[in-house]
Amino acid sequence: MKLRKVADKLVQIVFLVNAVLAALVLFGILAYLLLFGVRTFAGTSLGGFLFGTRWNPDAYGEPSYGLVPLLAGSFFTTVLALVISIPLGIAGAVFIAERLKGKARTLVKTVVELFAGFPSVVIGFFGLVVVGPFIARLFNVPSGLNLLNAGVLLAFMALPTIISVSDDALRVVPQSYREAAYALGATPWTTATRVTLPAAKSGILAAVMLGFGRAIGETMAVLMVAGNAPVIPRSLFDPVRTITATIAVELGETPFHTTHFYALFALGLVLFLIALGTNLIAESLIRREKRSFTL
Amino acid sequence: MKRTIAFAVLAGLAATLFAAEVLVKGSDTMLNLTQRLAEAFSAVQPDISVSITGGGSGVGINAITNGECDIANASREIKSKEISTARANGVNPVGIVIAIDGLSVIVSEKNSVEKLTPEQIGAIYRGEIKNWNQVGGPNKKISLYGRQPSSGTFVFFRDAVVKGEYSVAMRQMNGNAQIIEALKTDEGGIGYVGVGYLREATGVKAVAVRNAKGEYVSPLDEKKVEAGLYPLTRPLYQYTSGKPKGNARKFIEFELSPKGQEIVKQEGFFPVTSDYQEHNKAALGK
Repeated sequence: MKLRKVADKLVQIVFLVNAVLAALVLFGILAYLLLFGVRTFAGTSLGGFLFGTRWNPDAYGEPSYGLVPLLAGSFFTTVLALVISIPLGIAGAVFIAERLKGKARTLVKTVVELFAGFPSVVIGFFGLVVVGPFIARLFNVPSGLNLLNAGVLLAFMALPTIISVSDDALRVVPQSYREAAYALGATPWTTATRVTLPAAKSGILAAVMLGFGRAIGETMAVLMVAGNAPVIPRSLFDPVRTITATIAVELGETPFHTTHFYALFALGLVLFLIALGTNLIAESLIRREKRSFTL
Repeated sequence: MKRTIAFAVLAGLAATLFAAEVLVKGSDTMLNLTQRLAEAFSAVQPDISVSITGGGSGVGINAITNGECDIANASREIKSKEISTARANGVNPVGIVIAIDGLSVIVSEKNSVEKLTPEQIGAIYRGEIKNWNQVGGPNKKISLYGRQPSSGTFVFFRDAVVKGEYSVAMRQMNGNAQIIEALKTDEGGIGYVGVGYLREATGVKAVAVRNAKGEYVSPLDEKKVEAGLYPLTRPLYQYTSGKPKGNARKFIEFELSPKGQEIVKQEGFFPVTSDYQEHNKAALGK
């Protein structure tokens, strides 16, 4: 009896220490980003950073640190990826959860989850030598290294996450809901769109948010296929440069403790705020939508 | 059986941990070349392993400043800002020229343009010339391909040819091979790569560039490049912290040896010219 109490206490302490450690590390990262990020504004103005339309730290003349083209690049690639992957992902999840049974279901789900583990550099290479030339030929544009290519690859990378998490959400909808719908004479289609999907709404929202996180944080594949020109895109066929790609490309070569170096931390801070914002929004949406059903 | 395997793994680990290693980092243009040199070197000096990674000249110079590698490959000269940062870190960078590159301006082989002046190339990259018909080519929009800012080639080309800001529409590619890959499918494209990357490239061609004498020279014309008649030649450097010492020095001396310089030629680059040989002698402290 006593031994169990000691063990309980021990486990409690281990978990507490870990939780505190995790929180400390997170705050440490945030503090580091803030500490370095704000020093940017000793070398360039806050307005110039937030509203500047030109990112050119390695300039021949005067360097400029405008966030707008990079933010636009990240935003447009992510939105495009979600536009492609959300409908496909939810449809795929409904199909797997509602229509597939037994071995077929296990097989398809395993394959989908396998795709989630694809190294992004391999996907990037695929985009470079296959998707790029294909887009160029299909739309008769000079180069396939553009927004569209990046969006398609990101959609491909977000899909497994969206399918897998949505499928889990659909699976926990109690069978009695479906039975009730069928008893009222609903077709499988109506059951899925009117009963199971709305019931699984919060889980699916979480899936979409995870997909968003995957898309906005992805670096390697986008770096390889987006063309990396820091311009505000005016069409799907313009090259774009994302925030993550900029940090990845430039951090290695930037001398420590220069405005350029700090500006890259400021970019990291912007990414952090975006992630925090979407998480807060998702959290509040999920909380508002949450309808408990007894399992 | 299991024990033998475990022992072999441990021994292997120990061997890699304790083997003399030279870490080389930097220029993507010099990656293949130094890789080949390292292979040949390990045939003569099997006890010294040389490992090479890319990332760009700026990355290499940063690494030497922070003591993260033994040799920095750089396809451009170190900037004065970088020297002062290095000195502040207690590192005194010394540069050795191991080869000469004829930086090549390339276009699709379907493009009828065969030659350009440095001024035309500069105007193209600044975004002032937008169509190939302005330089005697087909009526086709020009799409620009260049390197990412950590690349020494990006800096060299900007300072020597563009002489201004690159057009924002330039696609920034992460390596010579990526530029060639992109130009294979883009008939309106223009890019620049180290001459060593042209040897096996298909679907692209180098344009002849006009030199100060008004003569158009191809970067593939060995004799003229070696005579200094191609306008976009540049030395390829290796920087060490202080004068090269120990295993790093052995590797550099091998690169400069007749055998090493033969490999430089085989890789499509050009051997070190006499004025840079003098520079190297001083840097090596001979």
